Amino acid sequence: MKKGNIIIELTNISKEFDGNLVVEDFNLYVRKGEFITFLGPSGCGKTTTLRMIAGFEMPTQGSIMLNGEDITNLPPYKRPINTVFQRYALFPHLDVYDNVAFGLKLKKVKDIVKKNGEIKEIERKLTVKEIDEKVMKALKIVDLEEFETRDISTLSGGQQQRVAIARAIVNEPEILLLDEPLGALDLKMRKDMQLELKEMHKKLGITFIYVTHDQEEALTMSDTIVVMKDGIIQQIGTPTDIYNEPKNAFVADFIGESNIYNGTITGNKEVLFLNHVFECVDDFPKNEKVDVVIRPEDIFLMDEDKGMVKGKLVSKTFKGVYYEYVLMVGKNEVVIHDTKEYDIDQIMSIYIKPFDIHIMKKEFVSNVYEGYINKNNDVCFAEGEFECDVTQLIPNSHVDEEGYLVDEKGIKYDLTDADVKVEIGLKDIEIIDNEEDGNVSGEIVSIIYKGDHYQVIIRTEEYDDFVVDTEYTWNEFDKVSVKVPKECIKITLKHEVKNYVKD
Amino acid sequence: MSKIKFQRKHLSIPYAAFLLLFVVLPLILIVYYALTDVNGTISLKNFINFFKDKNKLGLLSFSVIIGVANTVLCLLIGYPIAMILSNRKYNKSMVMVLLFVMPMWINFVLRTAATRDLLYWLGINGGENPYLATMIGMVYNYLPFTILPLYTTMLKMDKSLIEASYDLGAKPYQTFYKTIIPMTMPGIVSAATMVFMPTMSSFVISDIMGERKISLIGNAIQFNFDQSRWHDGSLIALIMLLIIGIITLLTKNIQKEENVRGGLW
Repeated sequence: MKKGNIIIELTNISKEFDGNLVVEDFNLYVRKGEFITFLGPSGCGKTTTLRMIAGFEMPTQGSIMLNGEDITNLPPYKRPINTVFQRYALFPHLDVYDNVAFGLKLKKVKDIVKKNGEIKEIERKLTVKEIDEKVMKALKIVDLEEFETRDISTLSGGQQQRVAIARAIVNEPEILLLDEPLGALDLKMRKDMQLELKEMHKKLGITFIYVTHDQEEALTMSDTIVVMKDGIIQQIGTPTDIYNEPKNAFVADFIGESNIYNGTITGNKEVLFLNHVFECVDDFPKNEKVDVVIRPEDIFLMDEDKGMVKGKLVSKTFKGVYYEYVLMVGKNEVVIHDTKEYDIDQIMSIYIKPFDIHIMKKEFVSNVYEGYINKNNDVCFAEGEFECDVTQLIPNSHVDEEGYLVDEKGIKYDLTDADVKVEIGLKDIEIIDNEEDGNVSGEIVSIIYKGDHYQVIIRTEEYDDFVVDTEYTWNEFDKVSVKVPKECIKITLKHEVKNYVKD
Repeated sequence: MSKIKFQRKHLSIPYAAFLLLFVVLPLILIVYYALTDVNGTISLKNFINFFKDKNKLGLLSFSVIIGVANTVLCLLIGYPIAMILSNRKYNKSMVMVLLFVMPMWINFVLRTAATRDLLYWLGINGGENPYLATMIGMVYNYLPFTILPLYTTMLKMDKSLIEASYDLGAKPYQTFYKTIIPMTMPGIVSAATMVFMPTMSSFVISDIMGERKISLIGNAIQFNFDQSRWHDGSLIALIMLLIIGIITLLTKNIQKEENVRGGLW
């Protein structure tokens, strides 16, 4: 990849807070003049990354290069970078003019003067006139020309927002950082400001790094989007790339609406889902289990006999430009956006073009943990104790009354503290409403709907994840516990079995 | 017999009675005594005498100097302490705040006497160094009153403003005097008023610490009332009241930012 014109480059950046990894191995470069957006749900590390670029946080690991110079440990006041803060952070003791002039009054510029015929380079402060010109120009850009003497507290949210932007751009930074700047504005205002910011970006030619959790905002404004989750970059690409070619089910679900199904590759560019073999364009090995993503607007509704798969139209919602339909194909829901009006409760069929079927490698096939056997022959992992069948470790064995495992030859094994690998299928975990009733409790951190079931991720306090396929609806941030039936826990010994012979 | 129906506004009766009895009435009495002579005739003679008396004017200005000195010292010592206390990094359990505020819970006279003895033990004799001993006693007594309003203002201060200041190119010292000081101004003002006024009118600290070698305006008030010179005593009290009133009016203008509350009034 060509790396010409790079203004800032982050290499292997990691950040830890109290032992929790908030940003993990973050690699990114940004070209001069680019509008780049960090997009992700709250707590994904996007703001922390921005704060490391601004200099408010020091990365635990890695380096930040600005124009080829290492600025990793440079304090914020020495970086040619300015920030528009989430809640504006305007100085309440200064009026609009002085807020905007704050940075200029501190700035030193290099100047060449002629003194006694000698040409000297000196550092000087900006003159009052220079400051005045720049402040007025900045206020003009944000449309606040008549507001110089106004008190900050008399301004509306949108006006404060503009002052915050003017205060940052007046310093002519090389990079402008914007931390969810439109979060506090109402919808209409937000839409207007999005366009204005985009316009400003074009006019000023400054590199913008923008943080938001609003996918629509990201798609509207950015040249490049960085999708993040749990401190890890999921995908980097242009808005069209990210929308049309999401790399995994998380990105597909987060960006726009999508239908996500479990599929199986049945042959060369053939995939089975919704009980039908579809032609597709992605190449995957045969029999591989995959996630299939289809955007609702890429599915065409047709008369009963004309399409590929039949189903019953069960719901219709008017959305302004289009109708949103839900078609039940067997047990699977298919969400379709169509501009034409159809009556519900009739049998219809759908048609999908091969290149609109996006196929991705499955992120989770099963849950795998490291654990050990305790003296009750239970297995301990992910902060919990689970009953399990230890006889699966040695064929044809049984447990005697003292708790030792005995094989067919009568050799006794003491498995206490034996390290094991634990594997549990996605469908074998039961989620329980009551935190106390299961083996381990945790919080639901993600829910992805996959046609006929949900994929739920439950995270324990110590950051162990349980990925569960369930038919029941749960809510994000629910506190739940998980339970696994004895027969569904698959364990394998990590060391050779002879280490555990009891003599 | 007409039944008196209980109404919401009747709840205010105890407070009104209290205010009348303990605030308005004493004030009227002070004004009355200040503006009358021994025979009960109204005259401004007391006033004129006060401002003609060089000793009394000297006493007033000396009290102002002590008050200013104590305020400045308390702010200089209290400001950094409040900054440290309001920083979660250094003060995780709030125990430190308690340690600084706890002296306020001990009886004031006892505390001051103990300070004098402690200083004596350290070799600072109140009789020989009345000014130093009084100053130490004053700072020690009024430091908690400085720290508390500063601490609450700093706790409420939006930390992102400090970041914004750094972000705009202000070095740490520039951030301190361009952002942190103006932002904590309400706290500084209320700390100053809480220290300055009581210092001027206190007499216990100067009596105990300075072993009666230092006289402040508070001592003068006490002396006059002890000698049953009600008219002179009330006059000095009234002058103090006016000074306090003027200062409060002036500081109100400084605290114009309504969104940065932290002051006590």
